[in-house]
Amino acid sequence: MTNMILSSAHVQFLLWGATWTLALSAIAMAGGGLIGFVVALSRISPLRIVRVLALLYVQLIQGTPLLVLIFLIFFGLPGLGWDVSALGAASAALIVWVGAYLGEIWRGCIQAVPRAQWEAAECLALTRAQRMRYAILPQAVKIATPPTVGFLVQLVKNTSLASVVGFVELARAGQILNNTLFQPFLIYLIIAGLYFLMCYPLSVLSRRLETRVGYSRRKMMTA
Amino acid sequence: MFQLDYSALLPYWQQLWDGALMTIQLAALSIVTGFVFGTLCAIARRSNVRWLSRLCAIYVESIRNTPFLIQIFVVYFGLASLGLSLSAFTVAAAALAINVGAYSAEIMRAGFGSIPQGQIEAGESLSLSKVQIYWHVMLLPAIERVYPALTSQFVLLMLGSSVASQISAEEVTAVTNYVQSATFRAFESYTVLAAIYLALSFLMRLTFWLLGLVIFPRRRRLRTPI
Repeated sequence: MTNMILSSAHVQFLLWGATWTLALSAIAMAGGGLIGFVVALSRISPLRIVRVLALLYVQLIQGTPLLVLIFLIFFGLPGLGWDVSALGAASAALIVWVGAYLGEIWRGCIQAVPRAQWEAAECLALTRAQRMRYAILPQAVKIATPPTVGFLVQLVKNTSLASVVGFVELARAGQILNNTLFQPFLIYLIIAGLYFLMCYPLSVLSRRLETRVGYSRRKMMTA
Repeated sequence: MFQLDYSALLPYWQQLWDGALMTIQLAALSIVTGFVFGTLCAIARRSNVRWLSRLCAIYVESIRNTPFLIQIFVVYFGLASLGLSLSAFTVAAAALAINVGAYSAEIMRAGFGSIPQGQIEAGESLSLSKVQIYWHVMLLPAIERVYPALTSQFVLLMLGSSVASQISAEEVTAVTNYVQSATFRAFESYTVLAAIYLALSFLMRLTFWLLGLVIFPRRRRLRTPI
């Protein structure tokens, strides 16, 4: 049994992994946010076919584990003739996954804008696009901020699944380190601690925003 | 040109079926234990015993802010390195239960928080005991109120059990990994796997909906939210 302790090179390696965790989260958030926005609008579209398609997408993705999505893209697509890198597969799976969840969250937020606001916008003879752009979305963004920040926690955590296809982010870096040091308990606890450092501030922020938005929403309802 | 060939998977249907059953077992076991544990945690967080509620808060926050993959590694490899080696199934069930316990604790805490103080006082003035108040006035109405959130969380847990394949618990994802490497039909294998999970999550929602009708007769009769 070797009894090595963490050297600064090891710590640096872990921090390198952590940067990739954050980068992967950013990629997934950017791409998934775009899809989520489209999905949210499609879910309340006046066209039935658009609504059904968006619902189908959401149900399909929310009914399958992210791990299976990653496997499907990383191992499945090369069989169909598309080669994908580990980073490409992980990003694509995460983007698709984030799109489904954020789409559903944001739809709820758009629909949570008080009915009177929709009617008022209609009374001002705004077109549907203008209503969304000037009346509904700005208010929906306010409502959507806390749950979106809360969802970021899920996202940062779930980037750890990219490690299963060999992409070196924090979880994978921990595994590699463990293969040389053989101290799984210590190393995985450190990894868990690093994830906690990334996620906990987001959790706290989300909770804080929630109380603040809750307050301003109550004012909005009674005004 | 590549052609889809699902017939290559046919010889493995028995293994996939067993894997799916194992996934259901894992989910059921960890949901029951995790939910009971989480509810006790939520009660403990409301108690006046400072260190106990603090401890529960630490448990909930540390589980909710770390990935399940790492949690399962800590339990599996960590315990093994400390000399305690358990089967992959036991570890997976335990890790899942610990995980869902933290989430249900938070959901149940919200449920308890939504019970109006006046109802608890009403229970007290009817001279109900503390246990009776918790059971009749707080627990059951709280569960009824957060039932949809609990259902979603439990479905997420079932999907999350796929991560147990990483410590080689023989649930359906691990089985599919094996089938995939034996048949070289990766795309077919994983689409079948996705379909299995879709069916499982649909079945689970259906089960919980039916269960809700049985557990909450008030809602069934009146058809109104509490």
